[in-house]
Amino acid sequence: MRKPSLGKSKKVVSVLSCVLLIAGLLAGCGGSNDKDNASSSAKASPSDSSSSSASASPAESESSKPQEKVTISLLVDNSQDAVSVAKALVDAFQAKNPNITIETETRPAGSEGDNFVKTRLSTGDMNDVFFYNAGSLMQALNPEQNILDVSSEPWQADVIDSFKQTVTFNGKQYGAPTNATMGGGWFYNKKIYADLGLTVPKTWAELMANNKKIKDSGLTAIIGTYKESWTSQLIMLADYYNVQAEAPNFAADYTANKAKYATTPAALRSFEKLEETVGYMNKDYLAATLDSGIKMLAEGKGAHYPMLTFIIPTIAQNNPESINDIGFFAQPGDNADKNGITVWMSPAAYIYKNSQHIDEAKQFLAFIASPEGMAVVGTVSQPTGPYVVKGATMPDDVPQVVKDMLPYFDSGKTAPALEYISPIKGPSLEQITVEVGTGKRKATDAASLYDKDVEKQAKQLGLAGW
Amino acid sequence: MTKVWKRTYTYYFLLPAAIIYLIIFILPTFMSFFFSMTRWTLQDWSYIGFDNFKTFFQESSLNIGFQNTFVYAAVTCAFKVVFGLLLGVFLTSKIRTKNYLRSVVFFPTLVSTIAVGIAFSTLMHPTEGLINTTLAFFGISGPDWLGDTRIALLSVAFVDIWKGIGFATVIYIAGIMSIPEEYYEALQIDGGNSWHKFWNIILPLSRSATNSVIILAFIGGLRSFDILWPMTRGGPGFATDVIASIIYKQYQAGFYGLATAGNVILFLFVSVLAFPLSHYLNRREVNL
Repeated sequence: MRKPSLGKSKKVVSVLSCVLLIAGLLAGCGGSNDKDNASSSAKASPSDSSSSSASASPAESESSKPQEKVTISLLVDNSQDAVSVAKALVDAFQAKNPNITIETETRPAGSEGDNFVKTRLSTGDMNDVFFYNAGSLMQALNPEQNILDVSSEPWQADVIDSFKQTVTFNGKQYGAPTNATMGGGWFYNKKIYADLGLTVPKTWAELMANNKKIKDSGLTAIIGTYKESWTSQLIMLADYYNVQAEAPNFAADYTANKAKYATTPAALRSFEKLEETVGYMNKDYLAATLDSGIKMLAEGKGAHYPMLTFIIPTIAQNNPESINDIGFFAQPGDNADKNGITVWMSPAAYIYKNSQHIDEAKQFLAFIASPEGMAVVGTVSQPTGPYVVKGATMPDDVPQVVKDMLPYFDSGKTAPALEYISPIKGPSLEQITVEVGTGKRKATDAASLYDKDVEKQAKQLGLAGW
Repeated sequence: MTKVWKRTYTYYFLLPAAIIYLIIFILPTFMSFFFSMTRWTLQDWSYIGFDNFKTFFQESSLNIGFQNTFVYAAVTCAFKVVFGLLLGVFLTSKIRTKNYLRSVVFFPTLVSTIAVGIAFSTLMHPTEGLINTTLAFFGISGPDWLGDTRIALLSVAFVDIWKGIGFATVIYIAGIMSIPEEYYEALQIDGGNSWHKFWNIILPLSRSATNSVIILAFIGGLRSFDILWPMTRGGPGFATDVIASIIYKQYQAGFYGLATAGNVILFLFVSVLAFPLSHYLNRREVNL
């Protein structure tokens, strides 16, 4: 029905197997998507809602008949921030478009959420619009088959190119940005820095010297939160700007199986940096969680926390008194002149290709990707970095720690994290970085192990050259 | 015709169960053999022969995974047998609060496994967990139960034992209760004491219960995943990976064909160990 490319027997087997093997997963969360868009047309208001200049719905249907009430569904992940962003966007959009109702549904975050989305797509039960990561995770969704191509939407002109490249597959764009960018780097406690007379490091050697001084003074130099093992990847991933500075073609070569972590000195350095941090972390780093790490940083129990800037709203909310004690710098490289920041892109809003309400979904995306939409997002979600929509500005009251990122953006010293410009990211990286960060595995060994992990993924994705 | 009908009609009662079994067990089993040889995205698949098996066997954590799986199964199985038997004997003896104690022992079996895992990983927190703060009160500095790679697997096994013991005990209670009174009467006439009763009657005559517990606990241990995942996620690093967690990680990464191949391998691994074990145990069983 919906997959003309498949052979008939293949399709029968796939559908049958999906139903059988995945029915259990869906049992708890089967949604009812389009249930009530026919009954309420009697009292539909004729008001023309699409007056916004950014919205781009085709006009022919509006003039010929009175506007019907339409309900579209939206899928977002269940984190507090994502839910409140979705709610604010939906409320603002509905106020401007009274004929469109958006029902929001949530899903788990993380890899369980990835499988949730994939399962929904494969059973044809996806919501009309869904928020999901840009970059390699989007590419794993088989965009050409599942996601509506929005390359020719007028709002694309307002979206900056570095975002577009992260939602591009085979030359077509599939998503609209839903939030600000994030930086990956090092948070530091300014009070500790002032007490010990330290300065913000420009090179890795300076950073390690700072770490040593902090440790010698009896404080925790680096906060480790390996109970949530993904946090162990940060030092390695946030180093990508430095990799790119030394080896500009690394992402392309790496995707094409021409460059390896183990054999590219600049890339291997990312693992070596992680290895050098062994011994500087808090005593319970294997049992500490992200939340306790944020708390330690805010309360000054640890000096450094290598992390993404998405934790800023949490600090602002839970420890508002100490938000101004927290600073941020990009992960230093070995050369002070080449210092820049690795950027995690905004997640994106996508339209399900087989949606019944594509026009309304497009209107919603156009609203999100406008300066107005970003302003709405900014009212409920502290920006974690600059927006990627032209004309969208950060609120004036953003904490200094966010402003710490601006110089890197203003001087163009940014690079997207590798997972946004290459479809491959080995699934075992977090286990490998835990091993390196605990001193169980040497950097060189870890790099070649990771190369094998990446090879496995590239083969599963069926990439050329592997 | 009527003769055939008469001879076979009892089997027709099996049909509903057989059909359900066929659809939800046999069919997926055979389909998984097929999908283990494909690159599979849930929507589309392409046949790639034994590549998935090759890839799975090259998995770097597989050695430690097999080793951990075996250790975990053996340890949990042994402790469930020993403690299940002891508790079974205790709870069939003439004690007054028998029914209450039976409920207490069975209680952990009723709690959600995930909840148990989360609860114990909190209790085992190295600095703030109840276990180590209690030890600290007595001046003992407890280890990092789940972070120390040398003991993490055993910590998880301990929780599994805690949770599984009620089930083993129930099987033992049933086995011990089914021993006919005459044996005890004969023992009394011969003047045997409690030790003789245990060693010469209960132990040999509850062998079928022992066999059930061994087989169930061992297979359960080989496939174990649900306690381990919330507690350690196979970590730190790869230290507590078992085969099931390696498979789950492939599934999480979206390698559905590869994960299915892993499941086929696990299926064969369990079969190769469990069938001979079951055969061996059943041969030594005695009839009451």
